[in-house]
Amino acid sequence: MNFPAIAAIYRFEMARFFRTLTQSFISPVISTSLYFVVFGAAIGSRIQEVEGVSYGTFIVPGLIMLSVITQSISNGSFGIYFPKFIGTIYELLSAPINFLEIVIGYVGAAATKALFIGVVILATANFFVDITIAHPLAMVMFLVLTTITFSLMGFILGIWAQNFEQLQLVPLLIVTPLIFLGGSFYSISMLPQIWQTISMFNPVVYLISGFRWAFFGTADVPIAVSMFAIFAFLIACLGFIGWIFKTGWRIRK
Amino acid sequence: MVNILKVEDVRKAFPSGFEALKGVSLDIDEGEIIALLGPNGAGKTTLISTICGITSATSGKISIGGFDTATEYRKARNLVGLVPQEITLEPFETVMNTVRFSRGLFGKKRNDAYIEKILKQLSLWDKKDSRTMELSGGMRRRVLIAKALSHEPRVLFLDEPTAGVDVELRKEMWEVVAELKRDGVTIILTTHYIEEAEEIADRVAVISKGEILLIEQKDDLMARMGQKRLKVELQSAIETIPSDLAEYALALDSKGETLVYTYDTKADRTGITKLLADIAAAGLALKDIQTVESTLEDIFVDLVHEDAA
Ligand SMILES: Nc1ncnc2c1ncn2[C@@H]1O[C@H](COP(=O)(O)OP(=O)(O)OP(=O)(O)O)[C@@H](O)[C@H]1O
Ligand SMILES: [Mg+2]
Repeated sequence: MNFPAIAAIYRFEMARFFRTLTQSFISPVISTSLYFVVFGAAIGSRIQEVEGVSYGTFIVPGLIMLSVITQSISNGSFGIYFPKFIGTIYELLSAPINFLEIVIGYVGAAATKALFIGVVILATANFFVDITIAHPLAMVMFLVLTTITFSLMGFILGIWAQNFEQLQLVPLLIVTPLIFLGGSFYSISMLPQIWQTISMFNPVVYLISGFRWAFFGTADVPIAVSMFAIFAFLIACLGFIGWIFKTGWRIRK
Repeated sequence: MVNILKVEDVRKAFPSGFEALKGVSLDIDEGEIIALLGPNGAGKTTLISTICGITSATSGKISIGGFDTATEYRKARNLVGLVPQEITLEPFETVMNTVRFSRGLFGKKRNDAYIEKILKQLSLWDKKDSRTMELSGGMRRRVLIAKALSHEPRVLFLDEPTAGVDVELRKEMWEVVAELKRDGVTIILTTHYIEEAEEIADRVAVISKGEILLIEQKDDLMARMGQKRLKVELQSAIETIPSDLAEYALALDSKGETLVYTYDTKADRTGITKLLADIAAAGLALKDIQTVESTLEDIFVDLVHEDAA
């Protein structure tokens, strides 16, 4: 393992993040605050309680997941797409590093950034509502696994994409709807039966449900299923990355 | 001497089916400077990219420092620095950071004193904190060179390093190359400035349409293929070359004042003495005489033309 190379990639990517730290910090704070104003205050006052917690508190895990997933995908995809786009990827290809090291460097940085945003949102939410975390360890585990999994997914997207449209369209057309329809702002049990069944095909449902369980101890789907789901995604992404590694798909001409 | 770089029958076909390298073989000794010459599209960049791992060869074998670039790529690539033809840099990064990044990628410990040395050598030290987007084209190319040197490579590929670099800096760059050579670094460079190859290369390789046409010591090449021209300036202009002088295949310049005789420096007899006597016999008075040696450029143009014919 070429650890200095992994560290160099990680540091270089994080430097990009720190250059725009204020922006990285302010935007989640503002958007979270807006969500609380709109959903918490305006709508929440009409919804009593969901599964025993106030609506404002209820949406916190979904809100974090929403941002963490989108951030992970965009960081992960942009990190590798950018060198491909501007041509600096020649350096990665001619350096004594392998694909796994490249993945660890870029995905590690992307996941770190997303994690940072997740923590900022949690801290911001704490100003608006009372939050108690029933299973802190599980909460951290879900958060970390989610950032890594979706950063990997982003990385795959970044390798696959051949232009900026593709890079933006996939998150916009597939991921965002899945997150919104995955129970970020409602409990699946609030839906009519038919939609509950359909929702079970949405992978994000399991993540949000599991994450919510870590906060409140209650969930739409059994926690074991959620755990299984997140590991299954992670393994699927790793498997796909391994396949790219073997075949050199879309990396070397 | 050791072959620091060995390329054996390397072929590269692109997915379109186009074969950019048609069985290239090269043996390069440690510490020499090789100039790779060839017209646009000859396959120079493709050859370098294949050696450096940016594209993979369709067939053939490449080793650097004795390490196979496919099976022992880490050891092989550790030895190599690459300056690509296209200038590509992270626009928002500072010069210092981007050079440090390159060193890190090659698994080397951070060494700012060494980076300072190369940035100074390349006249970039005062730009170390500038973002690369704020630099001129020539400066950016030098940043690429600094990046390639950042990990102390033993073999350096320079793909048109002096394109877009002004005359003075070009000279400075040649000095950097000479200094690297003194340190024992092997240098493979491509260029369209033939005088550059003439100035700094030990050996010259000519590539055209994916094939190496020749690879030879520059001095031998010049001596072997070199022709000299004798320019005979006349007192007064003439309209046509006197028929007595037909055997010399002379050329007359447009003003009719200079006769040009081309001869082979290696031939037993150059025929100059007899030519001068015959010119006098033909009743022409001489004003001045001058000899001109053919340059690498002439040789190169001839070669590529022959190949195209
Ligand atoms: N990705 C590619 N797909 C298909 N053909 C390619 C590709 N890259 C290069 N070629 C072709 O391979 C040939 C050699 O290109 P190469 O870039 O190696 O030339 P070169 O000798 O470096 O030329 P120049 O002096 O212009 O830099 C050209 O005919 C080019 O069109
Ligand atoms: Mg080229």
